[in-house]
Amino acid sequence: MSSRKSALRGRIPWTLVIFILALPLPWLGSRYDTFLGTQIAIDALFAVSLNLLLGVTGLVSFGHVAYFGVGAYVCGILMKTYGVSFALAFPAAGVGAALFALLAGYCCVRLSQIYFAMLTLAFSQIVWAIAYKWNAVTGGDQGIPEVPYPNLHWMAALPGFGNLSTGDRFYIFSLVLIAISLALLRRIIHSPFGRMLTTIRDNPERAAFIGVNVRAYELAAFVLAGAFAGLAGALYGIFARGVFADYVFWSRSAEVLIMTILGGMGYFWGPPVGALVLVWLNKEITTYTEYWPFFLGAMLLVLLFAFPGGLLGGLHSGWSRLRLLWAGRDA
Amino acid sequence: MLEVRRLRKTFAGFVAVDDVSLRVSAQAIAAVIGPNGAGKTTFFNLITGHLKADSGTVLLEGRDITGAPPHRICRMGIGRSFQRTNIFARLSVFENIQAALLAHQGHGRNFWSRSEDFYRDEANALLASVGLEEKARTEAGTLSYGNQKQLELGIALASEPRVLLLDEPTAGMSARETHETMHLLERIAGERKLTLLFTEHDMEVVFGIAQRIAVFYQGRLLAEGTPHEVRADREVRRIYLGAAA
Repeated sequence: MSSRKSALRGRIPWTLVIFILALPLPWLGSRYDTFLGTQIAIDALFAVSLNLLLGVTGLVSFGHVAYFGVGAYVCGILMKTYGVSFALAFPAAGVGAALFALLAGYCCVRLSQIYFAMLTLAFSQIVWAIAYKWNAVTGGDQGIPEVPYPNLHWMAALPGFGNLSTGDRFYIFSLVLIAISLALLRRIIHSPFGRMLTTIRDNPERAAFIGVNVRAYELAAFVLAGAFAGLAGALYGIFARGVFADYVFWSRSAEVLIMTILGGMGYFWGPPVGALVLVWLNKEITTYTEYWPFFLGAMLLVLLFAFPGGLLGGLHSGWSRLRLLWAGRDA
Repeated sequence: MLEVRRLRKTFAGFVAVDDVSLRVSAQAIAAVIGPNGAGKTTFFNLITGHLKADSGTVLLEGRDITGAPPHRICRMGIGRSFQRTNIFARLSVFENIQAALLAHQGHGRNFWSRSEDFYRDEANALLASVGLEEKARTEAGTLSYGNQKQLELGIALASEPRVLLLDEPTAGMSARETHETMHLLERIAGERKLTLLFTEHDMEVVFGIAQRIAVFYQGRLLAEGTPHEVRADREVRRIYLGAAA
């Protein structure tokens, strides 16, 4: 019985359910809510792409923002400087980030653990330095302001969309692209390829001796994670009305790492939950005090000790305990 | 089946394996014995590609496999278990076996299908043959030590090896578990026509099932032969077997 139940639970198309729940936000909330919603959705994709490395493959990256940044710059430069349409610039951002991830990953997977982490950080600082200094292409410290929105006028023809602002339409547009990306990532994680990645996470030595080419799989995961981070970056550049070197600063890598751990890296939906909670808390707490980093630190401290599996891990173990109590009462 | 010629490995001047040559014929059950630090595990690691030899060659069915990486050697038909149990702790028992089957059958490049639909029957059959069918859904890391050793054997068998290297398969087991494990190994080796090479400290186990025994001492191969020959070897008696024989 219980196995049939869990099989059923696996069949719920969560991506679709969450997409449908998030869709009416522009009609129900304020413009500011839609603004936050867009940010959460983009961060969710960014964090899930990181979790392909962290929670699935067991690789700790301190420089994941590099691929987010490459995606943002590729898309921003193509659209702003060259007037390329979004339909081309968006996939190009994914490909550009993937190519850079291939280069960086090729070096990184040769090292293990802390050396791997430090090298990812080094690559992200290289990207930051290039973004900051290469004036002719990246705009240097001025960045690339006013990246145009994709053409979303066709949306006005849809019933109920006529009164939506451009920001609202971009929210819905992003939500669709992010939902598709998340569905793809979920598919990959549950595929035989994804299973091989989990064997590497649990025990790389043993993984090699069931016939897994550990470095090749790590590199493949690195490239995929980079590509999806690049897509998130492309959306962010448009959402934030410009691409700036600040985006690629290393503290952004720490932020997305915190989201992932906060939500629970052992769960597919952990990172999105982390993104939601972190963005919402940031908004709430900064209205009362300027000491947001202090509260963030304190919160992480409590979380790491109380719920080492993140928020979803805490919910999961709480739920299991309740069910045990329930079963005890039945018996 | 498996042949090692003049294999040598040093670590910063310390000679761990010193000019060892050994032949294991097909479907033999052979043991490698010797005191701690005699070079048994290093010897295994050289065969399976986890360490690179300074010199010497390893041949599998006449084919030179020296210096190939572990994942390739595994695919060529050598399976192994490790001295410290080596399983995928956060996967279920079933998933452990299934992952090994997926890797061996070359499905790792499949990004699209649902992994849980693969090899259900094969994985369950393997679990049954190592006696873990009841624990299929258990998280592997929570199994008892003996069960983990059984699981490790199942993982090794999933890659359909022709030669199986077992590093202390009964270490840390009770007398009863040891007996059961060796019985299981003998049965599986017979059924699957495996060539078995194992290290072991328990002399009762070694002399109970091994057809050939190689004795290591300070990195060198001290003696090699049938249990009877090894037991009669004066040098072996003096240095290693002592009162045990």
